[in-house]
Amino acid sequence: MTDQVKPVLSEHARKEIDHWLAKYPEDRKQSAVLAALREVQHENNGFLTTELMDAVADYLGMPQIAVYEVASFYSMLETKPIGRHSISICTNISCMLSGSDAVVDYTEKKLGIKTGQSTADGRFFLKKEEECLAACCGGPMMMVDHVYYENLTNEKIDAILEKLD
Amino acid sequence: MTDDTITIEVDGKPLQARKGQMLIEVTDANDIYIPRFCYHKKLTIAANCRMCLVQVEKAPKPLPACATPVMDGMKVQTRSAYARDAQKAVMEFLLINHPLDCPICDQGGECELQDLAMGYGSDVSRYQEKKRVVKDKNIGPLVQTEMTRCIHCTRCVRFGEEIAGLRELGATGRSEFMEIGTYVEKSMVSELSGNVIDVCPVGALTSKPFRFSARTWEMTQYPGIAPHDGTGSNIHFHVKHDVVKRVVPAENEAINEVWLSDRDRFSYEGLYSQDRLTVPMVKENGVWRETSWEAALDQVASRMQKPVGATASQLGALISPTATSEEAWLMQKLVRAAGSNNIDHRLHQSDFTDAAHDPAFPWLGQAIPELEQLDTVLLIGAWPRKEQPLLNLRLRKAALRGANIMVVNTIDYDFNYKISDKLISDPVTLIHDVAAVLKAVSEISGNKIESGKLLEAVVVNDKHRAIASKLAAGKKSAILAGNQFMAHTQYSTLRYLAGHIASLSASSFGYLGESANEAGCWLAGAIPHRGTGAKKIDQPGLNARSMMEQKLSTYLLFNIEPELDCANAALAMASLQNAETVIAFTPYKSASLLQVANIMLPIAIYAENEGSMINVAGQSQVYSACVPAQGEARPGWKILRVLANRLGVAASEYQSVEAVRNELNTVISSVTPDNRADWVRPEALPSVPGGILRTTEIPMNSVDTLVRRAEALQQTADVADGAVHINSNLAGKLRLNGSSKLVAQQQGSALELNYVLDNRLPDNTVLIQAAHPATSALGAWFGEITLRKL
Repeated sequence: MTDQVKPVLSEHARKEIDHWLAKYPEDRKQSAVLAALREVQHENNGFLTTELMDAVADYLGMPQIAVYEVASFYSMLETKPIGRHSISICTNISCMLSGSDAVVDYTEKKLGIKTGQSTADGRFFLKKEEECLAACCGGPMMMVDHVYYENLTNEKIDAILEKLD
Repeated sequence: MTDDTITIEVDGKPLQARKGQMLIEVTDANDIYIPRFCYHKKLTIAANCRMCLVQVEKAPKPLPACATPVMDGMKVQTRSAYARDAQKAVMEFLLINHPLDCPICDQGGECELQDLAMGYGSDVSRYQEKKRVVKDKNIGPLVQTEMTRCIHCTRCVRFGEEIAGLRELGATGRSEFMEIGTYVEKSMVSELSGNVIDVCPVGALTSKPFRFSARTWEMTQYPGIAPHDGTGSNIHFHVKHDVVKRVVPAENEAINEVWLSDRDRFSYEGLYSQDRLTVPMVKENGVWRETSWEAALDQVASRMQKPVGATASQLGALISPTATSEEAWLMQKLVRAAGSNNIDHRLHQSDFTDAAHDPAFPWLGQAIPELEQLDTVLLIGAWPRKEQPLLNLRLRKAALRGANIMVVNTIDYDFNYKISDKLISDPVTLIHDVAAVLKAVSEISGNKIESGKLLEAVVVNDKHRAIASKLAAGKKSAILAGNQFMAHTQYSTLRYLAGHIASLSASSFGYLGESANEAGCWLAGAIPHRGTGAKKIDQPGLNARSMMEQKLSTYLLFNIEPELDCANAALAMASLQNAETVIAFTPYKSASLLQVANIMLPIAIYAENEGSMINVAGQSQVYSACVPAQGEARPGWKILRVLANRLGVAASEYQSVEAVRNELNTVISSVTPDNRADWVRPEALPSVPGGILRTTEIPMNSVDTLVRRAEALQQTADVADGAVHINSNLAGKLRLNGSSKLVAQQQGSALELNYVLDNRLPDNTVLIQAAHPATSALGAWFGEITLRKL
């Protein structure tokens, strides 16, 4: 009665989840779901598949639908394949006042996509409705692959995106 | 005693309330209506629809009545302009995205949103923008989705999590993009999924089989009793033009609360199966032809008269345990008047030893709501989740309160609550496991029983001890016997062992009850060794099994498909084939009856029938016909009455089914159920054979003639599949792969069958489900079986 299928979650992912599990009581395993999904997404080119979410559900002893709910709720979790580089332009109040709308506009035109879409070559993904990233003093700002870039101008955006393969 | 009662004032009226109650509970109890969508008395409070906003004095804003605890002296206005404004504003929000096309919605006319929009909605919508549209998902054959209509009350989600114990629906996405659904395309598999149709306040979740077939105001509602398990759930038939259009639960806190299993909800479709028998038929020279009732009953009477006297014992009757008590009573009266005691309803039972110590009827051992209060439960040969879904709900409540629920089974069934201890083994080792628990209980409690040498060689391990110690420590504990327990080839041994576990550990001993009216059949006397009211009979007749083994000349079958309903279908079919006369009282032209019967009499069933049934807790419930019988079919009690008169058995005095019932009740109402007895000690425990053993279950949607014909239910996963279930270790040993077939050989008959991998089984056990034509030729449900790859 044993399952000999190769586990969906990598050993590293399981270790990482275990690290988070240790912080919560035994019967509150689902507390680690955000950390687990973040790690699993990271190892899977920035997005989650149903198979991966089911594996997380199994690992944490949660109903599968409960993991889908979490994954589809949070904007930092992607449930569809996305481009290699993830661009999030903050459009919250401070950045908006310092011109983030124009930044979004420029980037959309430059990449030929709308927010929420990836470029056809699979190079960039432009995130939809990014909320405050707590860098208000440097607005308008964006985060590209977890790195912050502040006081954006069109030239600066060109230079940042140029460097990425 | 500290006084918990406080006084609040609602709309100027002083009301008594208990501390901690929510406002809406108090107003509901006092017939003050507050509009609501997400609140449901059986579910947790979500307070997300905001429809129940009311004005509370000194509160700075309107408060939701469902989530506002009452306080002494609280002053509430539910209809003030302030409260009305709040409620109307919420309604306007709810209608922003909800389609305004009630005439084409299946819920139209019985929709909570439609009703409340009449009271709280505005005549004109101020909304100009596009409405949200949600793509529908197919979530199985029973529940239809139309998610654009969903108002996100989350009742269905909470039902799944809190009641059904299987979270299948959820709210994915966020804000404007939030959707209720399964996220991935899949069918709901809960045995209670149909209840989301009832809890859904709008037309988002509706009944798929019923869809667009009638409007509420065209239908009339009649009460009824669900006929598929021993619970006896209360139902309402919704009837239009003399056709049952759908079935919904009727509230009865003592039995089914407000819920209904899918089997009970959707089985009505079986009434309208193509193969209904609508006129009496006789077989002459191998050809079936229709005939009149007169001619058919003449034939039945003459054929039944023959065996009277010297050959009276050549007459045997099998009656379905779904028959009404009145039918069972008249049938046994008829058979006994003909000089035979050969009558039985225990079609699935195979071990009839120690019949003298049978209970008056297999009783639950407690009232249904008491199951919730148990703190320790040992289930043996049972899967209540699919076998008695609503009793399982009670057990689930106990488990959620922290009760230890333990199982001894042959299949590692999936339960929807935590099982604290589990022993899974083949059907013979199962007996040894139960024996070991008994031995452990005896050791732990210090109470001895006169078990002679029976338990000497039994090996007790830690698992047995863990179960035993929990039972001994339990303050309110129960041993509950399931369907497999009753059908087991060593039933009497199991009963002896389990019964003694119960008495040594001061637990109750109960049967979960397989069929709707087992209790009624027992009490009416539709058993060979007892008369009406559990009276002992000096010369017992033949039981269901012996009747088939002894190959009688005349059989009466009442609502039975022998190929699917008998514990040893191969033997049953052979004996019936061999008989001179087989008279079938049947609602359907079943394939097996066409083959073996000589006369078929069409009977009315379910919504067409009238009578009473007694559930596993001993509650007798009466129901009346609400649709006319089809064609010339007649209620069983009337047919049996006429037949009795023809055979010279006095029965003509019964002008109505009430008259039959009244006479029956004078005899049986004084019987009090008791499962305890001084069971005869078995000689020895059976030794475990070295080979492969067969175990059997009847999937929930294959249990009786009606449900086997309910189309939508037959599309679910809970139907017999006719395959050999085998675990991957054994499959590996037999070198099975992909689409390979195997030959199963049991008691001389060999069949070519498909296999399915099923890792719920032990290594030496295979599961072959009963009630499937492909496997019925294999014979007995339990026993040694040989398998080889084809």
